[in-house]
Amino acid sequence: MSKAVRFAPLALLVLLVAALVWRLATPVDTNVHSKLEGRPVPVFALAPALPTKATVSSSDLATGRPRLVNIFASWCVPCVTEVRLLEQLRRKGIAIDGIAIRDRPEDLAEFLARNGDPYERIGSDPQSQVQIALGSSGVPESFIVDGKGIIRYQHIGPIEQADVPTVMATLEQAR
Amino acid sequence: MKRLMLLVALVAAQPVYSDSNLPAAYWANRQLPDHRQEAQAQALMEQLRCLVCQGESIADSDAELAGDMRDLVRRRIAAGEKPNAIRGWLIQRYGTWISYRPTDEPAAWPLWLAPVALLLVGAWLIRRRIRLKAKA
Repeated sequence: MSKAVRFAPLALLVLLVAALVWRLATPVDTNVHSKLEGRPVPVFALAPALPTKATVSSSDLATGRPRLVNIFASWCVPCVTEVRLLEQLRRKGIAIDGIAIRDRPEDLAEFLARNGDPYERIGSDPQSQVQIALGSSGVPESFIVDGKGIIRYQHIGPIEQADVPTVMATLEQAR
Repeated sequence: MKRLMLLVALVAAQPVYSDSNLPAAYWANRQLPDHRQEAQAQALMEQLRCLVCQGESIADSDAELAGDMRDLVRRRIAAGEKPNAIRGWLIQRYGTWISYRPTDEPAAWPLWLAPVALLLVGAWLIRRRIRLKAKA
């Protein structure tokens, strides 16, 4: 057996270990990104989530100014901290609409009373149908929609303080 | 001991709070009355990947979103939509990732070529064997 062949198993092992270490150091992105970025919001109409609040439909999202569409739920724990940050964004003049996933009016009202209500409109999506139509795979997620109703950006997971500059810049670009 | 067990039970029940309070969608766990349509829906659901439990199909997954997707599939099949149209609609939103059926995208070419390559290697090995035997 030649020297090269004798060392082949060892070389293979080294390669394998290197590959595993590399994958551990740079984990795979398991988020599922919507393919609708850059495309118009699919046509939808939702029932109001609360009797006292207007609902959101796709035609409300093409009004000449960019909007943030937040997919959330009262039963979603990270949404609690996110909704407080959204309130800060609202005070900066950002138009925010909500889509409440699998929610009940009484739970939603309590959630908003406790954590604040940054939403101009909230639509109720009790069977995640609009969520699926948007290519979203969980709560919370947010979409930035420009004045013509084109989806410009999808944010997966709660918007945190560190994400605010990106969100503000994307909203500015969508103007 | 009883108190400890109660505490453990409470801690173990935490995941319950990560789901909504609504019941499953109507067609999530119910078969369509027309058995041909149900078979079509079932075949499609087994080929669609769950967005929450990413290794499972929506037919196998207990996630709420998977239930809502089964509801969507059964409703559309019942309305007369073709399974491939529903698959295409979902691929538009989530990419080919959502479907377990291999595509003809360049990324999948090695998958299609692997059997041919393995057959060629096998043929080469057999040929070598026969030649070695002939020499001996």
